[in-house]
Amino acid sequence: MAAIYSLFIINKSGGLIFYKEYGSAGRMDTNDSLRLASLWHSMHAISQQLSPTNGCSGIELLQADTFDLHCFQSLTGTKFFVVCEPGTLHMETLLKVIYELYTDYVLKNPFYEMEMPIRCELFDLNLSQVIQKDRGALLGR
Amino acid sequence: MIGVGKIKQYTNVLDKPLSRGRQEVSLSAFAFLFSELVQYNQTQVDNISELERRLEDAGYAVGARVLELLCHREKGNRRETRLLGILSFVHSTVWKVLFGKVADSLEKGTEHEDEYMISEKELLVNRFISVPKDMGAFNCGAFVAGIVKGVLDGAGFPAVVTAHFVPVDGQQRPRTTILIKFAEEVLRRESRLG
Repeated sequence: MAAIYSLFIINKSGGLIFYKEYGSAGRMDTNDSLRLASLWHSMHAISQQLSPTNGCSGIELLQADTFDLHCFQSLTGTKFFVVCEPGTLHMETLLKVIYELYTDYVLKNPFYEMEMPIRCELFDLNLSQVIQKDRGALLGR
Repeated sequence: MIGVGKIKQYTNVLDKPLSRGRQEVSLSAFAFLFSELVQYNQTQVDNISELERRLEDAGYAVGARVLELLCHREKGNRRETRLLGILSFVHSTVWKVLFGKVADSLEKGTEHEDEYMISEKELLVNRFISVPKDMGAFNCGAFVAGIVKGVLDGAGFPAVVTAHFVPVDGQQRPRTTILIKFAEEVLRRESRLG
């Protein structure tokens, strides 16, 4: 039914620190993924200025014909965004769960350098568990 | 006012009773503090064995103090003289107070008479830590090994204590084993005591 295509995490300066592909399209070229991340970072920042209402915190949802893009920005400026099938539910909750995994298994890891690409085994392990569970729950419905 | 008791004022801080203290500490707070401890030590050393030794030294200080505190609080100032006694003290009481649960298992080494092993599925200090591949077999559990060493040394059972990852079939994450190798004199005394 509904599925996640990919997950991106970008640091506060727009650099890509984590990219995972779940769709059937296969992994994007590294340079392309970096470009995409900085593109989204810029669009997110511009949208804050363009918004007709005050106190806008940036794009949260982008809906297109073939995909939806849900974005979550933490208070520190780290952005988590997921590209998924149109109409997928509960992506905001998923992003919050992923944020919690990030704070636990990345930030509490003494071998992780801030703003650098994430290379934490425990983070990958728990993330795939969460995605599996999510997928299973979606298929169950 | 009704029901107001008079709080006894202690002039000397040494006369104040040792309170039980707050039983629970935030795991996140500890995890961040421990992470900083590891990071700080990393800047001070050139290689991995140095880092392990430093973590062990930090744990040693904790172990020595924990022994004193627990002997007073939990055991009513009784002193352990037998090997199995001190080992079960470490395995149950020390673990319960420090990590909230008793250790998973305590085993005697099959190959050597002087080796004992305390195993844990995952040490609390390692809960959020992923060691990068280029650091090899480094284990932040060296801190816990240091704590055990501190307790044993203070109780009169000198030993060499190290922490190891032991891969387990069917599990992605390896188990952690604290290997305790007692000094000669401990075994001689133990056999003398019968």
